[in-house]
Amino acid sequence: MSALLEVQQLEAFYGRTKALHGVSFSMARGGITTILGANGAGKTTTLRAISRMVRTTGSIRFEDEPLERKATEDVVQLGIAHAPEGRGTFVHLTVEENLRLGAWGRRERGNLRDDFDRVFGYFPVLRERRRQAAGTLSGGEQQMLAVARALMLRPRLLLLDEPSLGLAPLVVREIFRILRTINQTGVSILLVEQNAALALDLADHVFLLETGRVVMEGPSDVLRRDDAIRRAYLGY
Amino acid sequence: MSASRLPRVAGLLALVLIACALPFVMSNFRLFQFSQVYIYAIAILGLNMLTGYNGQFSLGHGAFYAIGAYVSAIMMDRWNIGYGWTIPVAGVLCLIVGFLFGLPALRLEGLYLALATFSLALAVPQILKYFEHWTGGSQGIVLSKPNAPFGLKLNPDQWLYYLTLGILILLFWLGANLLKGRIGRAIVAIRDNHIAAEAMGINTALYKSLVFGVSAAYTGVAGALSASVIAYVAPDSFNVFLSVTLLIGSVIGGLASISGAVFGALFIQFVPNWAQDISKAAPWAIFGVFLIGFMYLMPFGIAGGIRLLWIRATRSRVQQEGRSAVPTQAHTTT
Amino acid sequence: MDIFVQQVVSGLATGGIYASLALALVMIYQATDVVNFAQGELAMFATYICWTFLNAGFPYWVAFLSTLAIAFVGGVVIERVLIRPVENAPILTIVMVTLGLLVICNSVAGWIWTYVQKPFPSPFPERPFKAGNIVLGAHDLGEIQVTLLVLLCIYLFFRFTPLGLAMRAAAHNPVSSRLVGIRVGWMLALGWGLAAVFGAVAGMMVAPVLTLEPNLMGGVQIYAFAAATLGGFTSPGGAVLGGFIVGVVENLVGTYVHFIGTELKFTVALAMIIVVLLVRPAGLFGSTVVKRV
Repeated sequence: MSALLEVQQLEAFYGRTKALHGVSFSMARGGITTILGANGAGKTTTLRAISRMVRTTGSIRFEDEPLERKATEDVVQLGIAHAPEGRGTFVHLTVEENLRLGAWGRRERGNLRDDFDRVFGYFPVLRERRRQAAGTLSGGEQQMLAVARALMLRPRLLLLDEPSLGLAPLVVREIFRILRTINQTGVSILLVEQNAALALDLADHVFLLETGRVVMEGPSDVLRRDDAIRRAYLGY
Repeated sequence: MSASRLPRVAGLLALVLIACALPFVMSNFRLFQFSQVYIYAIAILGLNMLTGYNGQFSLGHGAFYAIGAYVSAIMMDRWNIGYGWTIPVAGVLCLIVGFLFGLPALRLEGLYLALATFSLALAVPQILKYFEHWTGGSQGIVLSKPNAPFGLKLNPDQWLYYLTLGILILLFWLGANLLKGRIGRAIVAIRDNHIAAEAMGINTALYKSLVFGVSAAYTGVAGALSASVIAYVAPDSFNVFLSVTLLIGSVIGGLASISGAVFGALFIQFVPNWAQDISKAAPWAIFGVFLIGFMYLMPFGIAGGIRLLWIRATRSRVQQEGRSAVPTQAHTTT
Repeated sequence: MDIFVQQVVSGLATGGIYASLALALVMIYQATDVVNFAQGELAMFATYICWTFLNAGFPYWVAFLSTLAIAFVGGVVIERVLIRPVENAPILTIVMVTLGLLVICNSVAGWIWTYVQKPFPSPFPERPFKAGNIVLGAHDLGEIQVTLLVLLCIYLFFRFTPLGLAMRAAAHNPVSSRLVGIRVGWMLALGWGLAAVFGAVAGMMVAPVLTLEPNLMGGVQIYAFAAATLGGFTSPGGAVLGGFIVGVVENLVGTYVHFIGTELKFTVALAMIIVVLLVRPAGLFGSTVVKRV
């Protein structure tokens, strides 16, 4: 059985500056993988590379389909939803309009009613605020909206960039709990996080980036016990 | 002088020598055209300082050009003051007016400043016609070309050519010193991130207004020179089209560039003529095609295009930044 | 009082034209930060195309609608072919391209159709409409209706259709739009197409009044700038309202303030722009963009 996502020798460039120096990893179907690392390590760049938002060399295959020549919009149509750093909310549009837009990339459009029900089931607060401008939501609510919007695509792979950023711990725990539920419905998740403890808890596979290179990878329960990781990223 | 600067200085000197030799081989009409080029170059350098280096969009520099031209014309015509004196007076007057204009302009950014300056440019011919008593109304003021001083054996066109060339060199040298030094860096810093510049202790309000003033002064001097070179001023020559032409010259030549001012001036002086030669029926259509073509080939202007070629040719290992709104390098290609 | 009402209605009619052109300008500005200086000239060109259809014997509304269709396609093509190569260039570079387009349009129109003024028909009846002592031109009333109809259709389109939503999203946040699968480039092209349609409507409505010639839209464009400045360049609704206000104010000032005859009416537009920029640059309905540093 082939991997869901397979990345080989990925290099990424901002202008002439190289941000990733030959990153290779693969993701199994149905799993949750997390990318850890300090600021500037290249975590966000990796997600952007998969979404074709930066120039890359190397190979990226999603369900055996090569992505290198595709545009962002095509990647979305293949079933990869990306909730970017900073949420990327359409602040002047309503919550409902944001969600509707999430479904835009779907190949089979179908009735959105079920999707709305499902998404409001995960995040009831969004149903209350469905006609409000998205910019008036709190940080936590906007993060929920970002995840919900990504789910409207009915994606097979969800790319999440720093969902915990700027949020209160209680809210973050709630979001991570919901992520686990979402994963159990068959959505694979590739998560970039600075909050290592939470990420290691959620994920089954981890890899660690340092200045654009993979320096360590493995199952999360193994890496969690690794001394170097404990000291550098878990703080004890 | 370091080794790397020597070829540059030598190249510049060669250009100046060639320019000085031209009056002996070119017709009076061609000299007149080149005097115009030098005048436009001075005006465009003024505009470059403001829009390219300092990021303040001006669609109204024709107004300063008009002020310079009319100040010079009125002084010569009514008070019989020699043309030589009118030029610094025009410059100083425009410096003050520009500075005063820069104060309310502080509140306006980008599009809004462009709109304000555009509106003023539209109003200039009306205002000039309104103050008939001073400006001679729609008829304008007819002047005469000055003769060469000290009994030099030059006809007026030749003398004016040397005069404009001389002032061009002086103003460009001054401008280069200004823009390459501390002040130039402050000006560019304000353009790129005025909040950070302010936080670093640069008095952005003062600098922005000063740049407006200096920019206006340059364009005013150009206007004053044009009064003598063309020997005629009339309100309709200073309409909004002039402001747009100066901006076109500025962008085509290269916004944050000193040499760009000369390239831009050459473009706005000669391309309309070529367009006329190519098509009598729709010359401006040809001009438009040239304009669009240049922008496709050289989005950062001629100076920017040359710089890119130079970088590729010398295979410099300098890391290029990603594209920004206006080229972030303030250094020039002179 | 009667004169007042007449001038207000007349002002609303011209205001509708300014509103259409202002809306075109604001639509493109919102999506790309570029002011399309060629908008008026494109409108003039479209009006000439309509004139050509009318001359060939087509009924008015057939010519009108065909012209709108051609304008739409033209706008899309111009964006994809002319603007796309420089879409990542500095703003002023793109502005230069629109300036180039302006002169090309003006010059080619003069070359094809000459600079001789041509009469352009109005689809509305000759006889004025009387309500008591008030006499209202049928063309003015018709113009207001056409403008309002077009604006209503556009509003419904943007508010209630998926495509309209996608276009709004693309203008507002192109990066996030790509992440949900919207082809932002094509949304921009559609925006240019719609803007061209608004321009064409403005041109065909004003041509009967000003007579058709290549410099038809020059003055109208200035008023459209005033309208967009007043209403706010970041607010399409504001631009429309601004258009109507500018039209009415222009007419009333021209009528009641006696030293401003028809020549200086133009100065009124300029004065409005300057005053708005000094007092509230973002316009009545625009929002100041707060940028994070």
